[in-house]
Amino acid sequence: MSRLRDALARGEFVVTGEVAPPLGTDLSAMKASIERIGPYCHAVNVTDNQGATLHLSSLAASRAVLDMGVEPIFQQTCRDRNRLALQSDLLAAWTLGLENVLVVTGDDPRGGDHPQAKGVFDLDSTQLMEITAGMNEGHDMLGRDLAGATDFFIGGAVFPEADPWDIQLGRALSKVEAGARFFQSQAIFDMERFARTMDELRPSGVKVIAGVLLLKSPRVIDFINNKLAGLMVPDHIAERIRAASDPAKESIALAIEQVRALRDIADGVHIMPLGNDDAVGRILTGAGLSE
Amino acid sequence: MIITRPRDWARIKANLAEVGAEKVFLMGCGQCATVASTGGEKEILQAKAAIEATGRTVTGWAVGEVACHSGGTKLEARKHVGDISDADAVVVLACGAGVQTVADSVSKPVFPGLESVFLGNVVRHGVFEERCQMCGDCVLDKTAGICPVTTCPKGLLNGPCGGMWGGMCEVLTDRECAHVRIQRRLTEQGRGRGRATLEPKDFSKKLKPGSVNLREKKGTSAGGGRDE
Repeated sequence: MSRLRDALARGEFVVTGEVAPPLGTDLSAMKASIERIGPYCHAVNVTDNQGATLHLSSLAASRAVLDMGVEPIFQQTCRDRNRLALQSDLLAAWTLGLENVLVVTGDDPRGGDHPQAKGVFDLDSTQLMEITAGMNEGHDMLGRDLAGATDFFIGGAVFPEADPWDIQLGRALSKVEAGARFFQSQAIFDMERFARTMDELRPSGVKVIAGVLLLKSPRVIDFINNKLAGLMVPDHIAERIRAASDPAKESIALAIEQVRALRDIADGVHIMPLGNDDAVGRILTGAGLSE
Repeated sequence: MIITRPRDWARIKANLAEVGAEKVFLMGCGQCATVASTGGEKEILQAKAAIEATGRTVTGWAVGEVACHSGGTKLEARKHVGDISDADAVVVLACGAGVQTVADSVSKPVFPGLESVFLGNVVRHGVFEERCQMCGDCVLDKTAGICPVTTCPKGLLNGPCGGMWGGMCEVLTDRECAHVRIQRRLTEQGRGRGRATLEPKDFSKKLKPGSVNLREKKGTSAGGGRDE
């Protein structure tokens, strides 16, 4: 059984983290990261060629995380595989013991390390969620019976600070109708706005895990604002980090405040430490979520 | 119309060198490539000068009515049969369909002089944009006449993706997100799409090579897809 699903069903405030598989076959750095963040997390996302850059597959890496006793959230993007491969990998994931799946569209290859690649996008994330929900009911996308069904806890991405929000809200609700039972959000900076988002999403029954991104340096802020699609750091937060004598320390203080605020609003937090894994424990301890 | 752009000149020169072509015949197209300013008379004369600058001879040139029309191109080839037979190779300033039609119409080696890039809308003179992929499974009825398969860089039927910001596309950041445009137009027309998820596309409607034969007695086949 997915511990993440159980914890959310019990109304527990959950913590998720994230690791990236290596470019290569040496899993030691990823495993070291899991050792640092795993003890604080209900589950850890394992990214799938994130940013359209080549990495070892989320499928194998998720299993390696599971073998360490940490529950993975297997990520599947629609960018690199057609409907045959996506369904096939989902069946494989279930047999490997992966119970949580985060279904996302995926970044365009033009922004990645293989800009010459063909972006597949045979399916979009909503369609793949519908198909995954069908596999949970024991059939493939053509309606044919599976010899052995899945029982995935299906998640999706949500973008509460996107503008225009009404269109993204409609998309989020479509994803719930398609089978999403939890969302992990893009980084949250505006707590009031996020509280309104929660009011809009709660009636659908979906659980929302709010993104907390560690703004560990002015350089990270510049990267987000200039390079990362679908996210902007608000000026007052950017100024706070830029003006700090120790930006790394200030970013942890900021993250602690964000987690504290989100405790009263969201169903959990998804911590993105951007490589500073040791900060995860400090943030959660500081926010009173861990001893 | 079919949008073309000039092909890397070094590749054309390399093609001519491969077959040792010293004498070249040039063919353009009076339709799309003329409108696209890539294969009309003006561009043919520029290509002629460029080929002559390499020390080669241009035995003649022609810009027929439309290069992809089999009958017309064969007629054009017959009109210039002497110049073509004097040539070692033919370079065609037309789309890939035109190049293949010429290759079927002459016995000499035929080389592409252009790259074929997309089926284009003429937004205004000299400005072309891709709006249709010819997918054979049209969704424009559901998407307010704006094609997400083509105008969303990811081709998502259900969007926007998470990269949309301020209503703009994440990939082509100077353009409005196709899905934002679709939703706005649907709303303006009082046809909100609601939350209905569009089904995965049927790519069997567009299997290669496409073929339509209006002379067939029963049914038609399109895009290589199954007959309905």
